[in-house]
Amino acid sequence: MATQHSRSAARFMMAPAVVLLLGWMLVPLGMTLWFSFRRYLPLRGGDLGWAGFDNYVRFVTSSAFWPSVQTTLVIVGGVLVITVGLGILLALLLDQPMWGQGVVRILVIAPYFVMPTVSALVWKNMFMDPTNGLFAHLWRLFGAEPIAWLSEVPMTSVVMIVSWQWLPFATLILLTAVQSLDSEQLEAAEMDGASPLSRFFYIILPHLSRAITIVILIQTIFLLSIFAEIFVTTGGAFGTRTLTYLIYQRVLESQNVGLGSAGGVYAIILANIVAIFLMRIVGKNLDR
Amino acid sequence: MARAVTSQRKALNTAFAWMIGFLIFFPILWTILTSFKTEAQAIADPPLFLNFNWTLENYSVVQERSDYMRFLWNSVIIAGGSTLLGVMIAVPAAWSMAFVPSKRTKDILLWMLSTKMLPAVGVLYPIYLICIEMGLLDSRAALVVILMLINLPIIVWMLYTYFREIPGEILEAARMDGAGLRDEILYVLTPMAIPGIASTILLNFILAWNEAFWTLNLTAANAAPLTAFIASYSSPEGLFYAKLSAASTMAIAPILILGWFSQKQLVRGLTFGAVK
Repeated sequence: MATQHSRSAARFMMAPAVVLLLGWMLVPLGMTLWFSFRRYLPLRGGDLGWAGFDNYVRFVTSSAFWPSVQTTLVIVGGVLVITVGLGILLALLLDQPMWGQGVVRILVIAPYFVMPTVSALVWKNMFMDPTNGLFAHLWRLFGAEPIAWLSEVPMTSVVMIVSWQWLPFATLILLTAVQSLDSEQLEAAEMDGASPLSRFFYIILPHLSRAITIVILIQTIFLLSIFAEIFVTTGGAFGTRTLTYLIYQRVLESQNVGLGSAGGVYAIILANIVAIFLMRIVGKNLDR
Repeated sequence: MARAVTSQRKALNTAFAWMIGFLIFFPILWTILTSFKTEAQAIADPPLFLNFNWTLENYSVVQERSDYMRFLWNSVIIAGGSTLLGVMIAVPAAWSMAFVPSKRTKDILLWMLSTKMLPAVGVLYPIYLICIEMGLLDSRAALVVILMLINLPIIVWMLYTYFREIPGEILEAARMDGAGLRDEILYVLTPMAIPGIASTILLNFILAWNEAFWTLNLTAANAAPLTAFIASYSSPEGLFYAKLSAASTMAIAPILILGWFSQKQLVRGLTFGAVK
């Protein structure tokens, strides 16, 4: 078994990764924490001294805070419902016997590989533009007045774009889980006269529950910090300013670093709450 | 499934699945098609599907006007550099965790994963400031390091799950035969680990290529990769659909092709081995 020698060698080999990640975590985090307690305005006098909890109070009491929380929740919630819901249906469909299954899989997965700025811009201009977008053409074809998607129904538009990007991820993971389902169990249920609907609710859905939980947790962490999609479509206008975007604006656009850092600390706490649940599941899996 | 499926049902499945697949893929297809149109044809109503005069003009215009190759090169350097650097640091770490596990291995792995959960915007200003102080704002070097650090947890995790599948007995046997640590890694482990390392490189190259928070916030004229290049089309230039499409097609084509090869690894890599 492992000797003393190989143990110290192992520790030595682990060191670079551990030290780098420790530094990556502690240094910026420490700085954000420090700034969050300072009145720090780089363009208007720099570091103006200790601020106590002022930034924390001002961040949550500013008129932009609650709307941004609401926007974040609607986007994350909306995208989760759409991607998980459609993802389950798609996974079940793709699991059926058919011709050209591999090709269909590739078509469905493709949006995941499109960089966020491309998908946001393509949707914004070529589909959602009120004069030249494809949707506008379609609406006019049916004699309807085209919609200015990103200004009239901005939240729906953003949720649509982000859902399109994340549907492949949910589908692929759920499909992997569906394929690991023991088909004999399903056949037995069928022979016992279970209807397709009850087979779905009593066998398939429970089997998928772990995969669904993982999809929800991982997507939540990524969705809480979507940035590029909002940056290139609305720039945070029309009520699409998420918590992430609000912090970005405070820090880089208005250069109120103290205030933005306090917001950053809130965002970190929020992400960690989600992360704890994810780590539990992943950790349990490690023991097996 | 063992039971017989009527070919009628199979045909129905096929038709339905292809239709859905086509719908989901359509925005990409439409972008590719539009890139071969003239600007007038690109906004024609009713839209032109295949019956237009195919032209390559947009591609040459995009290259001439904005020096596309420079952005492409930045993307290759940033994504490739951060991935290779990350793998070089992660291989020894994952190796030791997989083959010389200790009581704390699991905690270390989970802790590494937790650094991945840190929201980027929470540390935006510190990183921005460090880059300015070190004169690395708008430099490829800064992005190589930052993206490496962001993806390092995923790289370690993926490698760890692959390495763990290599039977430990083989290493024991090598050790019995007198192989030192170096020989063990070089001649026994490496050949068996290459497929896993390759998949890890592939997936992380894709993730780094598409990263669009740090690349947008830390670059300007010099180090901007394709993500930032495309974002510059969000202003009036976006109104030129054919050019936007050509630029977009060039930005996503290489990664689409790589991505299709990495479907399997995607699941494992992005769920940290929790779904296989």
